Amino acid sequence: MNRIKAFITDFGWPRIIIALFLLGLFISAPIVGVKLGPSFTDVFNRFGQNAIMVLALVPMVQAGCGLNFGLPLGILAGLLGSTLAMQLGFVGAPGFIVAILITIPFGLLFGLGYGKLLNKVKGEEMTIAMYVGFSAVMLFSILWLVLPYTKADLVMGYAGEGLRRSISLEKYWAKLLNDFLAVRIGDFVFPTGLMLFVGLCVLFIFVFMRTRTGTALTAVGSNPDYARASGVSVERMRTVSTVVSTVLGGVGILVYQQSFGFVQVYDAPLYMAFPAVSALLIGGASVTKASMVNVVIGTFLFQGMLTMTPSVINSVLKTDMSEVIRIIVSNGMIIYALTRKTKVTK
Amino acid sequence: MPNETPLLSLEGISKDFYGNVVLEDVTFSVGRGQIVGLVGENGAGKTTLMRILFGMPVIAETGGFKGTVSLDGKPVAFKSPFDALDAGIGMVHQEFSLIPGFTTTENITLNRETMKSNLACDIFGSRMSVLDRAAMRKRASVAIERLGVKLDPDMLVSEMPVGHKQFTEIAREIDRANVKLLVLDEPTAVLTESEAEVLLASLRTLASQGISIIFISHRLHEIVKVADRIVVLRDGKAVKDVPTAGTTVHDIAKWMVGRDVQASVTELSTCKENTFLSVEHLWVDMPGETVRDVSFEVREGEIFGIGGLAGQGKLGIANGIMGLFPGGGKVTVDGKDIPLNDPHGVLNSHMASVSEDRRGVGLLLDETLEWNIAFTAMQAKGEYLTPVLGGLFKLRDEKAMKKLAEQYVKQLEIKCTGTKQRAMELSGGNQQKICLAKAFALNPRLLFVSEPTRGIDVGAKAIVLETLRTYNREFGMTIVMISSELEELRSICHRIAIVDEGKIAGILAPTADIAEFGLLMSGEPDDKNGDAA
Repeated sequence: MNRIKAFITDFGWPRIIIALFLLGLFISAPIVGVKLGPSFTDVFNRFGQNAIMVLALVPMVQAGCGLNFGLPLGILAGLLGSTLAMQLGFVGAPGFIVAILITIPFGLLFGLGYGKLLNKVKGEEMTIAMYVGFSAVMLFSILWLVLPYTKADLVMGYAGEGLRRSISLEKYWAKLLNDFLAVRIGDFVFPTGLMLFVGLCVLFIFVFMRTRTGTALTAVGSNPDYARASGVSVERMRTVSTVVSTVLGGVGILVYQQSFGFVQVYDAPLYMAFPAVSALLIGGASVTKASMVNVVIGTFLFQGMLTMTPSVINSVLKTDMSEVIRIIVSNGMIIYALTRKTKVTK
Repeated sequence: MPNETPLLSLEGISKDFYGNVVLEDVTFSVGRGQIVGLVGENGAGKTTLMRILFGMPVIAETGGFKGTVSLDGKPVAFKSPFDALDAGIGMVHQEFSLIPGFTTTENITLNRETMKSNLACDIFGSRMSVLDRAAMRKRASVAIERLGVKLDPDMLVSEMPVGHKQFTEIAREIDRANVKLLVLDEPTAVLTESEAEVLLASLRTLASQGISIIFISHRLHEIVKVADRIVVLRDGKAVKDVPTAGTTVHDIAKWMVGRDVQASVTELSTCKENTFLSVEHLWVDMPGETVRDVSFEVREGEIFGIGGLAGQGKLGIANGIMGLFPGGGKVTVDGKDIPLNDPHGVLNSHMASVSEDRRGVGLLLDETLEWNIAFTAMQAKGEYLTPVLGGLFKLRDEKAMKKLAEQYVKQLEIKCTGTKQRAMELSGGNQQKICLAKAFALNPRLLFVSEPTRGIDVGAKAIVLETLRTYNREFGMTIVMISSELEELRSICHRIAIVDEGKIAGILAPTADIAEFGLLMSGEPDDKNGDAA
């Protein structure tokens, strides 16, 4: 009994409840007539689609900057990357690579400024980050209108200028990673390329956190005074973490876009940080500690639930409950994690 | 006053915090209109004694105390400071608890304001009554007058000189109708000498009006001047309870620091003649431990002790040199200039430090022992990293870190379940050993150790001190040890500097007379005040 109790406290109630809920959905799916094959395909696709953005949160959590509610900043870098690559006429795999190459310098630039700002508001990072994200998205909403994009696929049809709300990647690199080496088993398709790319990114962060810099970063998050006494520049490490997080957020949205098939601009990135944050928290991370395992488990549980609820619940209740459940779970998770944080510090 | 019941009497007061005895059978009494000077080193138990007297909740929470407190001959047991206030005991704290934006009058009568009722009161009750400012002002003036000082009742506290704030605080206590006993905790610490004189005079005035006073101070000459009786606390025991007449500052200093047991002087290593560390005109802006102008030299292979009372700046010296707080001056080690305000540069100059703030600065509480021990060496010197992919980048060498941690766990007898245990879960003594291991892992030639034995048990204390001695003897490590415990310094150091008010008051040999240390600590010039009383 004690071992079960210890396991429950160790694994955490939210994770257990959500895992059981997801399991229930998978079990009841065939009963209500939802096919499992396509469902699993969806779960894997959405897992890969979102995992990198969840991963992008890790460096900042580890460096003590809290959950990166300013993730939209990185996403904007990614949007610049993809739209510019399309504007320049790149298609297919080269297009995707060029998009990444353009995203990285923008991500570096945004991350640097963002890091500088966060260093000035120590202790209030998460609140400030949220507003940084919001205001950057709004600023770019103006920019998308006035930047001189000319490609017909990109701009609004009737005016000939200003980006469309959503831009199809059909002729560019839609499903590029998803279809790469995809394995088909009956009606289930495993998106090998997508999984490989996600795996690569996870490995990158995993290795990065084990370098001297990554170690210093973790120590800064754990105890800044200790890190400073060990000759580590706390401000520099925090900036490094925001830069890595922002760049990775940009790459994350590129992966999301190719799987989703569309580039969404204007206010689309506004709430992108919330699902990522709650996925990480469901994965068992706290505001101060996050690991690769948290990322993988959390994204899988969260996205699994999002994929399965509409199909299963809707066919039972005949109403669209999925959006409501998504909002309750994602925001509820964030509240839960934030209250837990204050409990610990007390 | 032999036949009179003393106002306050404490009998057989004992208190321990989880087995750590801080007060042992303390007995003394305070007569009516008497001023009792209470002296003792940091940690001698003064604060705990006052907390017991005031019925602070922390005492009950930690298991209560033994003995009886009687007021006017009747045993009392205060459940909270409010009970103590109601019984007529007033406390003036070391830090001011005044509201800066309020006037003297408002502060003195705070929460006890004289109220005036009006029409609204008849309808809505007494909550609608308004302040009777004229009456309040009068009350404040009376209280100030009883003190025998000049204070403007209408001045804002924020605009007052420090001395006036202190008087306002005292006036507030004596404004209570029934105040019988005042406790003043270091009231002169923030005052200039002339302000302190005025304060002492007003204490005498109060005493002559029948108010008893317990006066706590580190400035021994003030105690001698103002107190009728002197109680000396040392290691939780009231070692002396004597009338002031015929007592000298010198005597008090000796009682305060002197131990019954003779310091065990072990054989010291022989240090070389050359100067290894030289500090010239160092200033450090460390809050609460300001260093003003410190110069000293340490020879190679020496264990140099720095002592002094809390808040005088001894901790600031190590923190300033290690670059953790902004500072200036000139520091050279082995002939080379040490960059100040640059923690990284210092660690690269064969120096290391063990912080006095073990949990705050010394440890990564959430991380493993391996991390705690190896991290500084990894960051400062690039050790415990292993190249991968043909030197493309370097990763943590977990194996080497584990080996290092295991080596120190064995060497320093660190009690843990394994090197993967988190630092938070260790006891204080073992955490301190981790801090030492972290510093040793840098292979420093010069080590600063601040308060190495604070809050750890006797066994761990012995191991920590022995380890320092061993490293000094076997590896010729030069050690600067900063400690509040004089006995400890005397048992391990070649020379001991005493810091007072941000400056070095003097440097003594460990064998010097214990009274000399006491005098330096209290900021008393060594030569003349010896017989003044």
